[in-house]
Amino acid sequence: MRFTINGKSYEADVDVRTSLLDLAREHLGLTGSKKGCDHGQCGACTMLVNGRRINSCLSLAVMHQDDEIVTIEGLGTVENLHPLQDAFVRHDGYQCGYCTPGQICSAVGMLDEAAKGWPSHVSSDLSQVSLDDAEISERMSGNICRCAAYPNIVDAIREIAGQQPKVDA
Amino acid sequence: MKTFDYERASSIDAAVRAGGRFIAGGTNLLDLMKLQVETPDKLVDISRLDLDRIEERDDGGLTIGALVPNSDLAADPRVIERYEVLSRALLAGASGQLRNKATTGGNLLQRTRCYYFYDTAAGCNKREPGSGCEAIGGFNRIHAIIGTSDQCIATHPGDMPVAMRALDAVVVTQRRDGDKRRISLGDFYRLPGDTPQIENVLDAGELITHIELPPAPAGRQFYRKVRDRASYAFALVSVAGVVDVQDGRIASAALAFGGVAHMPWRNPAVEQALVGQAPSTEVFEAAADALLRDARGFGSNDFKIPLLRRTLIACLRDVTL
Repeated sequence: MRFTINGKSYEADVDVRTSLLDLAREHLGLTGSKKGCDHGQCGACTMLVNGRRINSCLSLAVMHQDDEIVTIEGLGTVENLHPLQDAFVRHDGYQCGYCTPGQICSAVGMLDEAAKGWPSHVSSDLSQVSLDDAEISERMSGNICRCAAYPNIVDAIREIAGQQPKVDA
Repeated sequence: MKTFDYERASSIDAAVRAGGRFIAGGTNLLDLMKLQVETPDKLVDISRLDLDRIEERDDGGLTIGALVPNSDLAADPRVIERYEVLSRALLAGASGQLRNKATTGGNLLQRTRCYYFYDTAAGCNKREPGSGCEAIGGFNRIHAIIGTSDQCIATHPGDMPVAMRALDAVVVTQRRDGDKRRISLGDFYRLPGDTPQIENVLDAGELITHIELPPAPAGRQFYRKVRDRASYAFALVSVAGVVDVQDGRIASAALAFGGVAHMPWRNPAVEQALVGQAPSTEVFEAAADALLRDARGFGSNDFKIPLLRRTLIACLRDVTL
């Protein structure tokens, strides 16, 4: 099977049962994406497939042979961080860091969805979207942080979304 | 996971002739395959078929391709403007990642989240006919209160199908022999009865190709979901509705309920209790009485009966007063 991940072409001979997550981690050495629950509940495995965030653990590799796949390794490097990676560092948007690659890939996809005007469950007007803290939390609810770094994760994402920090009452 | 043969279908005709289990988003099926609750011998990948568009119908409705992702359907400007209840229901379900992958057709076919259905060591007539129902007499907080049988008290877990039930959606399919048919969503699902493993009227190999929405009904639309946490959780109870008030009286009402039955639930007696009446607490209570007349709890889920009553009354108050 042939795959395109982070703009690079890979060939791998894998069992038909292999998930996209296991393909990256176990066969291609791309261990940035993490396996948390392996059932689509925690979001640690989030990748971008054709620009959209998905749970790679609930995806068969064989079904994604013609897709453009991006993992955390494709977003930035240690020398050249993606703006969201940089914001997570500055806002301390993690403790143990296990969920962070999924959080960041998810946030990249989420900001793109918001830029397209996609509403969320908490949007009072479905045709008018503005990313306040409630919107960010709702849209990121598919990413669990066991350390509960949520306030700082929201801070990091809000900064990159270009929102003003919420003023305390 | 048990191994399987894999085939990517090149056309609808090839898919229905392939003789396997269809997979598109896979968010529910793969989860169940990992647990060996589902063990298909063959997967037929339909994800590349040309069924991912939302199109206007001559009658003013919409035709939705079965492969339209839940995200795209929820964000479609025509759906937001004309079928807000559907957008709201979709956005109340799952997570952003799952909605990006899950499809319209697949959402209709979600399996129950009954704990015993998921636990292959437990008796479950839906998973293994004849093995009993451990939810009856067991932990049944999330289970059904309407339309249950002594074989199964599982619920349909979806949100989207509840809104589609209120909107009188029609499921369009193609059968193995090439015949197409249109099935009203009201006729699509089955109650558990003695065969809880059979959840809908689809034949083996029959593929959902489209879902049709009739023209948008008059009135205000809403979807209210009550759950254990504010996001990313299944409904304890939910209400999808379209209610029209004219000259101080309820001119029409379409109400469907999630989290309470083996299918998105709709009962004409509920709507009959409302139509023609001036909105009032007494009228709303009469509608709730009609809805819950035959409701039955199983211990841990007894709370759903008053919860559904109060949720319905609160929704009707918000939408009419």
